[in-house]
Amino acid sequence: MAYESTARASFAALGDPTRRGIFERVAARPAPVGELARGLPVSRPAVSQHLRVLKEAGLVTETLEGTRRIYRIDPRGITAMRDWLDAQWASALAAFKDFADQDTEQEKPE
Amino acid sequence: MSILPIVQTVQVKAAPARAFELFAGRMGEWWPRGKTVGQNPHVEIVIEPRADGRWFERDADGNETQWGKVLAWEPPSRLLLGWQLNTQWRYDADFVTEVELSFAPADGGGTLVTLEHRNLERFGTDAAERRKSLDGGWPTMLGAFTRYARE
Repeated sequence: MAYESTARASFAALGDPTRRGIFERVAARPAPVGELARGLPVSRPAVSQHLRVLKEAGLVTETLEGTRRIYRIDPRGITAMRDWLDAQWASALAAFKDFADQDTEQEKPE
Repeated sequence: MSILPIVQTVQVKAAPARAFELFAGRMGEWWPRGKTVGQNPHVEIVIEPRADGRWFERDADGNETQWGKVLAWEPPSRLLLGWQLNTQWRYDADFVTEVELSFAPADGGGTLVTLEHRNLERFGTDAAERRKSLDGGWPTMLGAFTRYARE
């Protein structure tokens, strides 16, 4: 259940294209908000707001370095994403098993 | 950052040769509906039976959407696929992660199918130049991730 809710929060947080773009910047390199906001068509307070949502979703974490807050990827969020891909394969393989076993049953002579 | 490969196993009743054939030759019949890449529902998922063959889905109108390619075609025991769907959940010829399937005889005449999806850290380095320095990560997975989030 914990994974479920983490993954769902991550999904929701990344549904917004601007926020996704900010997350990609954080993923590329840990950085303070000013650096993340540079070149983006949104204000710095708006970037801070997006970072707060990403943080609450478990995707981004902040650490204090001197007087600056540095944002970086939260490994828990990355785990949730890998789990998501893992779940896709689990459902595909389960479907394969159903299909293959049904095929085998049909092939069997009565 | 390195990311552990995804490894999963499933046991089926069919012998390896048949399991391989069903997996690779009839993927469109068993792949979960709605879990594909194309704009429209798939009617077929094709894995061309040779090294360097294409891997793609086809919809009812004949439109093809690429998934990747065959890196090794070694029935009945091994199939190595190149998964070439990037962060945007789109085919990218310059991007590839490996999905290896092995089909091993199991007790009782069945087959143990093992799947390994590896090179997941490459999802962090496809596409954008600005991410060239990235030592791994998930931004390229986001397209797929959010696509499912919307559903």
